[in-house]
Amino acid sequence: MVTLLYFASLRESLSCAREQLPLSSASSTVSNLIEQLRSRGDRWSEAFAPGRNFRVAVNQQMADPATPVKPGDEVAFFPPVTGG
Amino acid sequence: MPIVRVQEADFDVGRELEILTGGRTDVGALASFVGLVRDANDGRGVSSMTLEHYPGMTEKALEDICREAASRWDVLETLVIHRIGALKPGDRIVLVGVTSAHRGESFAACEFIMDFLKTRAPFWKKESTPEGERWVEARSSDDVAANRWKG
Repeated sequence: MVTLLYFASLRESLSCAREQLPLSSASSTVSNLIEQLRSRGDRWSEAFAPGRNFRVAVNQQMADPATPVKPGDEVAFFPPVTGG
Repeated sequence: MPIVRVQEADFDVGRELEILTGGRTDVGALASFVGLVRDANDGRGVSSMTLEHYPGMTEKALEDICREAASRWDVLETLVIHRIGALKPGDRIVLVGVTSAHRGESFAACEFIMDFLKTRAPFWKKESTPEGERWVEARSSDDVAANRWKG
């Protein structure tokens, strides 16, 4: 299982702040996880559609599509940041 | 060790900067930046805003940015205080303070920390405008500002 977190506009459009998800394979990456979420259809495929501008962090470090994801990890999805 | 705080409460700029320099005689320069809530953005009036963040990652990201600044310039102390929650125009949002022996290092490190905070620290602003609430869009000019520190 991995813990998924969603923030800001992404949390609102998905109506989800946090969930637990079983990994589809033992050697997963951020890219695999995004595919898994897209396959839910509806607002999920829309929010994670190719070209949509979102960021991913794995265990609270900025990640990219190739970043590995293993059981117990915390993976967060969010729009580009706007602090300061 | 960077001083990083994420809090709802306002901060006293004078007191916070005093802590950076208090009791030291090796500080020759203190540069600081204060960010405030504007009453207009992208052509619309802003009556209030809410700042959301990613607890845990935010603090780590800010500490990493301060450490990166300290590895690039000869600085003595770095401080970042960032507010979250409900804010209104005129309110302080962020304080960055950097001390060094000479001014060049603290000026540069202070600007670097703000540029990276804008593009790397997980905060999001939601504004209340006459047309309703909206999430603030990231600006490409912020990416340009952060990218100029590369290489």
